[in-house]
Amino acid sequence: MKKTALYQKHVDLGAKMVEFGGWLMPVQYAGVLKEHDAVRNRAGLFDVSHMGEFFVAGPGATAFIDRIVTNDVTTLAEGKILYSVMCKEDGGVIDDLLVYRLSTDRYMLVVNASNRDKDFAWVCTQKAGYDVTLEDRSDDTALLALQGPRAEEIFRKISDLPDDLCYYELCEVSHDGALMIVSRTGYTGEDGLEIYLPQEKVEAMWDALLKAGEAEGIAPAGLAVRDLLRIEAGYSLYGHELDESIDPLTAGLSWVVKRGDADFIGKSALADLKPSRRRIAFTMDGKVIPRQGYPLFVGDEREGDVTSGTLSPVLQKPVGIGYISGRGKKALAEGATLFVEVRGKKLPAAVCRAPFIKPGIKRRGHGSS
Amino acid sequence: MDLPDHLRCSKEHEWAAEEDGLVIIGITDYAQGELGDVVYVELPEVGTFVKAGEPFGVVESVKSVSDLYAPVTGEVVEINDNLESEPEFVNGSPYESGWMIKVKCEDQSELDKLMSASEYIAYVKTLG
Repeated sequence: MKKTALYQKHVDLGAKMVEFGGWLMPVQYAGVLKEHDAVRNRAGLFDVSHMGEFFVAGPGATAFIDRIVTNDVTTLAEGKILYSVMCKEDGGVIDDLLVYRLSTDRYMLVVNASNRDKDFAWVCTQKAGYDVTLEDRSDDTALLALQGPRAEEIFRKISDLPDDLCYYELCEVSHDGALMIVSRTGYTGEDGLEIYLPQEKVEAMWDALLKAGEAEGIAPAGLAVRDLLRIEAGYSLYGHELDESIDPLTAGLSWVVKRGDADFIGKSALADLKPSRRRIAFTMDGKVIPRQGYPLFVGDEREGDVTSGTLSPVLQKPVGIGYISGRGKKALAEGATLFVEVRGKKLPAAVCRAPFIKPGIKRRGHGSS
Repeated sequence: MDLPDHLRCSKEHEWAAEEDGLVIIGITDYAQGELGDVVYVELPEVGTFVKAGEPFGVVESVKSVSDLYAPVTGEVVEINDNLESEPEFVNGSPYESGWMIKVKCEDQSELDKLMSASEYIAYVKTLG
């Protein structure tokens, strides 16, 4: 079982540790509801060092990444980030990821912890013919996510940041004798930063952020609340909304699939595809939580399954995401009734739009007007 | 662990205690800690017949849902209505305000088949 450099810190904070993707990770500290309150109203700090970071460099880097992800990397400016997916030839999603353009020919790909090995093996098999070097620096790279309305303010107490770091922008910051990559990105639907730094520096950074944020009410936050927050924000989780049997069009991610002439792996499969299922979001009354795998019924017909669900503390209602078979527009319209089968009983649900909450994301940093 | 001495416990982490000729049942502090914040408890209706070792309801937290197993056999004569609006009682006070059902138990010797408080504490230690 792998542990991040912060394992002992989590244990000392009273975290409940759980196995995730071969890692022992903190699932909660003070409790999901308290941590949710902290992230949505003040700031939460997540140790997500188990995620994967690959460095791609060389004259062929742009063309290479442009081929393996569905999004258009050629127009990604230096210092900017994009969200995309990597597909197989048949259009199935291998992983969703962030692409950081560090400079003209240097990129960092950030991938899901559970897919690290698979993804690196995949990119290595695809590099033939491209003048690139590929490095899996996941083991040397720690990652902290500082998320919430007070996140930037807290970070600025301990480190410099450019005056105007916009959403989906990155900067490289020197701190404590090492270079960190900091981006205005996150998985919570709140404003916040993600901080990539060498493993040997992460304990000091963790302590410094918790201390600097004490007055603002910062709280350490675990994987359980991370899942709750991302569902409220309508974000996908690989293994739930995405897997190798699902293509990005069905998953509602057509916005990350480039149109135009440039080739990418999966292009022809996606060009011919007419999705037979649609992704939907829904809310329910009561307190029973829709969970992955629970059947979805339209009338008496079983039309699909729940992929994720939780009880939203913001809406005070159960919320869920799932896929149902493509039908006439009526069945999928906002407000349409579905049924979720929970332990043998069909409970009503109302189709709605995602995200379920109004994101607190800030497009521009504090320094700008 | 804060486990009152007089309670008997099951391997499924329910506790049972005799009170005024009835058996009062809930889940242990260990169980509520494993679950996290409880958001919903599905309890049987009064008059339902429960059987030792079989599920009688469900307890739901944000991250998981678990069956509740009856430690004894008998008729449910009272349920804790407060849990509908305050499911968090299960977390904050698993042995008092978080109680779940009261059962008219036909065979009191079923209580003896359960673990004593100290046996349960030892059992939980083996779970790591």
